[in-house]
Amino acid sequence: MTRELWKGNEAIAEAAVRAGLEAYFGYPITPQTEILEYLSKRMPELGRTFVQAESELGAINMVYGAACAGVRVMSTSSSPGVSLMMEGLSYIAGTEVPAVLVNVMRGGPGLGNIAPSQGDYNQAVHGGGHGDYQPIVLAPASVQEAIDLTVLSFDLAEQYRTICMVILDGCVGQMMEPARMPEMRPVQRANWVWATDGRMGKRERRILTSIYLDPVEEEKTNLRLLSRWKAIRQNEVRYKEYFLDDAEFVIVGFGTAGRVALSAVRTAREQGIRVGLLRPVTVSPFPVEVIDQLAERVSGFLVTEMNSGQMLEDVRLAVKGRAPIEFYGRMGGVVPLPDEILQEIQRVAAGPLSIGADPRADWFERMTAQN
Amino acid sequence: MVTSTINNLVFQRPTGFTETPTHYCPGCTHGVAHRLVAEVLEEMNVIDRTIGVAPVGCAVFAYNYFDTDFVEAPHGRAPAMATGIKRVLPDRIVFTYQGDGDLASIGMGEIVHAAARGENLTVIFINNANYGMTGGQMAPTTLPGMKTTSSPNGRDVETQGFPIRMAEMLATLDGVGYVVRRSLHDPKNIRLAKKAIRLAFETQARGLGFSMVELLSTCPTNWGMTPVESLKFVEEHMVPAFPLGDYKVGAGVGQIKL
Repeated sequence: MTRELWKGNEAIAEAAVRAGLEAYFGYPITPQTEILEYLSKRMPELGRTFVQAESELGAINMVYGAACAGVRVMSTSSSPGVSLMMEGLSYIAGTEVPAVLVNVMRGGPGLGNIAPSQGDYNQAVHGGGHGDYQPIVLAPASVQEAIDLTVLSFDLAEQYRTICMVILDGCVGQMMEPARMPEMRPVQRANWVWATDGRMGKRERRILTSIYLDPVEEEKTNLRLLSRWKAIRQNEVRYKEYFLDDAEFVIVGFGTAGRVALSAVRTAREQGIRVGLLRPVTVSPFPVEVIDQLAERVSGFLVTEMNSGQMLEDVRLAVKGRAPIEFYGRMGGVVPLPDEILQEIQRVAAGPLSIGADPRADWFERMTAQN
Repeated sequence: MVTSTINNLVFQRPTGFTETPTHYCPGCTHGVAHRLVAEVLEEMNVIDRTIGVAPVGCAVFAYNYFDTDFVEAPHGRAPAMATGIKRVLPDRIVFTYQGDGDLASIGMGEIVHAAARGENLTVIFINNANYGMTGGQMAPTTLPGMKTTSSPNGRDVETQGFPIRMAEMLATLDGVGYVVRRSLHDPKNIRLAKKAIRLAFETQARGLGFSMVELLSTCPTNWGMTPVESLKFVEEHMVPAFPLGDYKVGAGVGQIKL
């Protein structure tokens, strides 16, 4: 298929349709509303289900119901709306049904603003809802990647009976880029052995629930979720690497922050600085192994994010104190310019770097001294 | 003698029920409401295409009793979950079973909008004027002056507000096909309740919109009364506050002949 000009949000909507999305439930919130609007037209014309819910609480619980019925289902929202959905996400995780949720993140906390942000990393990657569970979280950095990862999210959710979140910032959601759409896949209902779709004279009744009053049974469920998570960690880690082969310094950044960093890396290379970029595509499961290996041979890491250093903590866990780590973040909806990251690369390359330093505290000092 | 029991059989477990001993308190009318639903599903011959949605509250374990597929919703969200199921499986019978805290407090948004959208769902709403499972706290349906563990001096309407009449409220919505209030305090009212539950499910089966039967129920344990006193309390105090009646019977529903 040829490349066409797609806006990120609409591309996600059409990609979901082509992946066999059978039901969509959502609620308007900037900067993801185009997904809802697009599907309000597209789903009915294909004879599929679209409901604009009364709230994000309603939307995620409609998703929960349709997921229990065994169909491909999705909701989309943005940060404050996703916070409301956390109740439903925890229930979906506890019930072990597949569902896809897209979060087009905006500045926060609170009402914040509608500018691009990565402030929901911790909420997405480290749970967000109550109880013990870990979702798969994919982080696209371009419209094409948003399409590809949306399609992938349904397959992963179903394969592991889990939540698969796609987190992007408003940049990827709102910008237009040439991209290739996949072929239309037919809607096909898998004959799941767990779906509560009515006995229909064929079988014993089924119950889908997240309640296990006996703590021993709940613990067994926790262990079942963990064993699935173990398989996900083994099989599903995805990342992109750029100029890492001879890199002396490594930038780690996801989504738009990673993409902006790539421009800075290219310029730095022209200036003779041997710097590479690692861009996690699955921020959950986190690409621990590759960072573990890099930590053995590079002179330092620079983590760059559009938040106050949330992924930074996961990088620190993977590096385990073997190499110095520096941090550069912009918050509140501010997108870093390539020149800012280039300056950070130059600063890191000039040294000196210290393994014992607190990268967030040092960054905070520099930020407040500037302003 | 037991030899002729089959010929004389006058009462048995509805086929819509599983063989599960009840977990409800002695004298609680949840069991009566469950039985009426199971009998109606059996009479309509829809047990094997019914999907139930259980609430949070005493009826959280409703799924143990019905021989149908069942899901267990977060507190108050049953109508949203049921919407998700019914929209993708429109030929199934989908019902929620919810208490007053679940439906009229935390789930107010979900129930109102499911009704406003005219979702083809049936809601069985148990109004026993308190939060049963958590030990008898004040509910949105608690009567003025009624003592609960969170209104120990009696519900003071000046600070704790007034009871909510759900059937009346939902009856104002155009998406509603059938909404009535019945009571479970004596055999006559139980028979009327069953007829209403049948009509509610028939409303759904014919695609005539949202249907709800509100059932005035007892909670002997948390009310601190005997089962008989509780039934009397419903008759003498709850029925006057929550009048029984048909609050909306859509044109199509009114023509259903049973």
